[in-house]
Order: sequence, then structure tokens, then C-alpha cells
Amino acid sequence: MNPLPLVAVAGSPNAGKSALFNALTGARQKVGNYPGVTVERHSGRLMLADGRPIELVDLPGAYSLEPASPDEAVTRDVLLGKQKGERQPDALVIVVDASNLDNHLRFCLQLLELGLPTIVALNMVDLASRDGLELDAKSLERQLGVPVVETVAVRRRGIPDLQQAIDDMLSAPFCGVPERVKSDLIHLQRRAREIATAAVISETPVRRWTHRLDAVLLHPVLGPVILAAIMFVMFQAVFAWSQTPVSWIEDGVGWLSGQASAALPPGLLRSMVVDGAIAGVGAVITFLPQILILFFFILLLEGTGYMVRAAFLMDRLMHGVGLSGRAFIPLLSSFACAVPGIMATRTIDDPKDRLTTILVAPLMTCSARLPVYTLIIAAFIPNTRLAWGIGLQGVVMFGLYVTGIFGALLAAFVLRRGVLKGSGGGFMMELPKYQWPLLKDVAIGILTRAQIFLKRAGTIILGTTIILWALASVPHAAPGQKQSDVSIAGKIGRGIETIVKPIGFNQDISMALLPAMAAREVAVSAIATVYSIDSADDQAGASRLEDKLQRRWSLATALAFLAWFVFAPQCISTIAVTRRETNGWKWPLFMVSYLFVLAYVAAGATYWTAVALGL
Amino acid sequence: MNAPFKHDVTSLDLLAVGTKARVLSIDWTALEESEACRLRNFGFDEGVTVEPLHLGPFGRDPIAIRVGRMTVAIRRRHAGAISVTLLNQ
Repeated sequence: MNPLPLVAVAGSPNAGKSALFNALTGARQKVGNYPGVTVERHSGRLMLADGRPIELVDLPGAYSLEPASPDEAVTRDVLLGKQKGERQPDALVIVVDASNLDNHLRFCLQLLELGLPTIVALNMVDLASRDGLELDAKSLERQLGVPVVETVAVRRRGIPDLQQAIDDMLSAPFCGVPERVKSDLIHLQRRAREIATAAVISETPVRRWTHRLDAVLLHPVLGPVILAAIMFVMFQAVFAWSQTPVSWIEDGVGWLSGQASAALPPGLLRSMVVDGAIAGVGAVITFLPQILILFFFILLLEGTGYMVRAAFLMDRLMHGVGLSGRAFIPLLSSFACAVPGIMATRTIDDPKDRLTTILVAPLMTCSARLPVYTLIIAAFIPNTRLAWGIGLQGVVMFGLYVTGIFGALLAAFVLRRGVLKGSGGGFMMELPKYQWPLLKDVAIGILTRAQIFLKRAGTIILGTTIILWALASVPHAAPGQKQSDVSIAGKIGRGIETIVKPIGFNQDISMALLPAMAAREVAVSAIATVYSIDSADDQAGASRLEDKLQRRWSLATALAFLAWFVFAPQCISTIAVTRRETNGWKWPLFMVSYLFVLAYVAAGATYWTAVALGL
Repeated sequence: MNAPFKHDVTSLDLLAVGTKARVLSIDWTALEESEACRLRNFGFDEGVTVEPLHLGPFGRDPIAIRVGRMTVAIRRRHAGAISVTLLNQ
């Protein structure tokens, strides 16, 4: 069978390429990865008027065929037919920003030299006229020698014309343009300027919207204040809006496990389905609402053009530890959950900057650690008031967050001078014009993230939770024996205990560390389970978990446990997403090891200091 | 940094916000290959008009610069590699 004709959508960053791609393909798109690199491949289908389907692929934005980032390298390789796992496109749709022709025509001219059938989409003509710029598409068409279609992708304007042009292009017999002489960039740039100037019908200097907004949003004082306010709203939303959907998911998971319990006969299979698969995946899925709300904000900030401004404001501070301003939003997102944080590092061009950000992201205190912190603090830290409105418990909680942040900055600093040495690509970014993104485009982005997350929950996380369950259930305890003593997990727990005993952890904690791999807050339910099993022979079995902890743990142990969780390298989802984003096991293994060492040292130091102080 | 220049030639990092200037030369050797490539891709070239628009809130770094019809942000260190001559306004 002949493969479908492949049409590539190419263009410079901020030309509105993705919006145009979305407008052409709608939600019918596939997101994958190019083999060997962490660059996303977006593709979709388009029907021609005669019903023939074609495949459309959205290439990463590039300024030229001289790549300055892995994304741009993929674009070049696909266009030259050198990319593994991708055919050379049969035709091109080049997207250019009407108000930035001087720059975008350079890449366009370079692409025209490839000699493929081509259409140019003169995009965002509305923003150009908002800026007082009127362009002559016909003149452009004469100069470039290919059809030029005016579009406003985010408003879906000009899309039928573009579709018609693609149709005509693929229906007409293509004789092939003789390969032109490859020109160097400087000449292309000068020619681009000439063509751009010639295409201008009129230009009225108006005070540009973007400039006016930037005067406020990038103001040395107001800028950081507004950024802080936006971040505050974002986090409020992540935690407040997610409560209702989280309770739906919890109810759904509860209903499902109830149904499964009723449908399956008691025994190993029921235990595997209910305690293993449903409980394990259920615990991870409960984070889906938070992750999606976070992505809603990230995509909105990205789509409006504010994200780059946030990076601009924070760059100097991040630069101090060898990161770039681009790392700010991913790291901030990691306070909700490291998974979307690590996924958001794709906006960082420089591979070393990006890897450093991925490696330190788990040190940001994610929301899954909150239940653990809350429980231990409530049980061990007296609720004394230090000053008006400031309690000791709150101070400890704050201290745990700050420790995580400083840990991350320190780790980044060390990594950039050690394994990830070498100056990064620095910080060079275009500040695009502000615009309001189409909510449909944001929705498509969120849907894509949800798919990626659920797919992972369905495969890696399901697999691991079943393994964890199997370890905890096999061999089955005979009557009179405790399951936790007999099972393989129990034996592993005792093995772990010999390692963590020096840092003050008892057997209960060792037992909880293993299931906490599925999701950190599972540590709480794991400890609760251990104590509810043991509470049969405990007179005060009905007492609260906090009271039980107080009786069994010393304060030094509790503090060591908190210190452990600041660094704890324990989250299957984070390890899985790191594997996916770094394309191999090397970096996730490195991350787990260095976090383990940090956690071990921090917990040990806390424990022995506390013991020495007589706590 | 608003002091009047004795000569009209300076480097881009020393240019005051809102001052238009023309790029005289770029010291490509002071930049790494990928950085130089990025700058060229942004349209930095001899003869191009540039104008600093905004400075970062901490250490006045990075600098947002208008080049052609684009606004780009680069670090102070990179701007230092670009020498410019003031345009009469």
C-alpha cells in the first residue's frame, strides 16, 4: 500500500504553527516521540476534497536549518529526509507571522530552496493590522513564487482557503523545481528583509499593545509582584478546584473496588485486582485533576506569551545556580507534582539545563508529601504559639518546604559543576506578542497531557503496583501468622530495616517505605495498615493514628522520617516520567541514587543531632 | 549608565533603555557556537537597528532588545559581544 502523502507544517517559533495545525486537524491528532530524542511528534489526518486522506505532521518550530536545539535538529533532519522513523515530506506548509516577516521569511526562503511543493500561510494578519501593518499577499506570492494564503489560525480564519490550496497543490502534477543554489543565512536574511519591506502596503506607527503590557509586566518592581500574584492564584486553583473532582475519582475508585470485590470470589485474584491494581492505580489517578489544572495554567501562560516573561523575570536568580529562567515554571509546578513539572521542562532548549531541572524537580515539596508531613507534625510537634499568628507546627512545615528548595538549588549548583558541567545555551528567547489563545487549543493540549499520564498509569504504574502487591501477599500467611511477617515484602522490609536502622527508622517505617513507592502519601495508609493489623493485640486499638505513632516512635525518629521525606526518592510516577523524558534508565537511576544518598544523610544527621540533644 | 558617551560607539549591554542604535560588529568568537547561531537566527547582523526595551529586575539582567520587528531577551554577557553605534534621534 502506498503511504499517505505526508505534508509537513514548518515555521519559526511563535508563528502560530501549532494553532494552525490544530485548526487543520482538529482533535484527531497523534502525539508520539521521534525515536532516540525527547522531541514530540504531532501528526494528524486531513481529508482532501475528493476524499483522499493525507498525513499532516507538525514540525518543531525552528529559526533556520542550522539547529541551536534538539527540536530544531529534528526539524532539519525531517526536512532533509535524514530523520530516523520519518519519511521526507512530500510537500510543505510554511507558517510565517505576518508582523514578523523580516525574520520569518529567512527560514521560509531556506525551506523554498528544498524544492518541495510549498504553500505559505501568512498567519496572524489580524495582529499585524492591530499593529498598523497592512501587507500585500499578492506581492509576497510573486516574490516567493509559491501560493500565499492569509490566515488567523487562532480564530480559524482562512483555514478553508488553506485547505483548498493544499488540495490544489497535491492534485497538480509536480514537475519538481530545479535545486537552487544553497545560500548562506546572512544572504537569506538580507533577501528576507527586502521581500518583507516590498510587501508592506502601509505602516502606521501605533503604540503596540505588547509594548504597553510589557511596560507593566516586565517592570522591575511591578513585574515580580504580578508574577508572584499569578503564581499564587495558580496554586490556589490547583488545590481548591481539584477537591471536587478528586472526591469523584475517589468515589469512583471505591465503587469500582466494591463492584470488583462483589464480583470476584475471595482469594488471590480478588486481592490482586482490588488491593493491587485498583488501589494502586487509584492512588495515582487521584492526582489527575491537580495535574490537569496545573497544565491548564501552564498552557494558558504559554499560549498568551506570559511564560517567556516569567522566565525573563526569574532568569538572573536561576542563573545563580546554573539554571535558566526557563526552569522556573517547571520547578514551581513541581510543588504540586513533579510529573507535570518534569513534563514541562520540554520548553527548555538547552539539554543540560533541562536535565538539571529534571533531576532537581523532585526536591520541590510535592502535594503528595503533604499528608505525610501533616500526620507526623500533628503527632509530634506541639502546637505552641511562637508569636502572634505564628505556630510551631506551621514553622516546621515551612522549614520542610524551604529545606526542599535549598536542597534543589544546592543540587543544581553541584550538578552544573559536576556531571552536567559546561555552560548551557544561556538564555536567548524571543518575547512573542501577547495574544489570547483559543480555549480549544488549550483543551487539546490538556487532553494530550491527560492521555500521556493515563497511558503511563495504565502501564508502568499498574505493573509496579501489581508487583508490590504480589510481594506483600506471597507467600500467604498461615492462620496465627502475621501477613507482614511472612510475605516477601515483609522480608524486604526487614532487609531495608538493617539499612535504615542507623538513621533511626523502625520496622514499621521500613515496611511503609516500599508501598510508598507507588505514591508518597501511601506511606500514611501503609503505616495505618501495619498498626491496624497489630492493634488486634493492642488494648487501645481504637485510638487515633497520631496517638499510636506517639507511643511507638521517638521524636528523633519522627524528625528523621520528615527529613527523609524532604528528599525521598520514592515515587514510581516520577521515575517513570524521568525515564520517558530522558529516554533511558541512566538518569532516573542517577536521580534515585543521589536522592537516596541525600535522604539518608539528611535523616541520619537529623536523628543523631536529635538524639544528642536528648529528644 | 545614562552618562553621555564620548564616542557614539559602545556595546549593546551599556546602551540605555529606549536608545536606538545600529549594530557595528559582533564578536562571534566570544560566543559559543549555539549562542552565535541563535543570535544570527534572531536577526542580529551588522547594520541592523537595535533598541533595549526592558531590563531584568535582578542585576538588570537579562535584557529585552528590539531587533527588527522582534523582541528578544538575551543575557548581559552576550549583549556585551555586540558593538553598536548610536543613531541620531
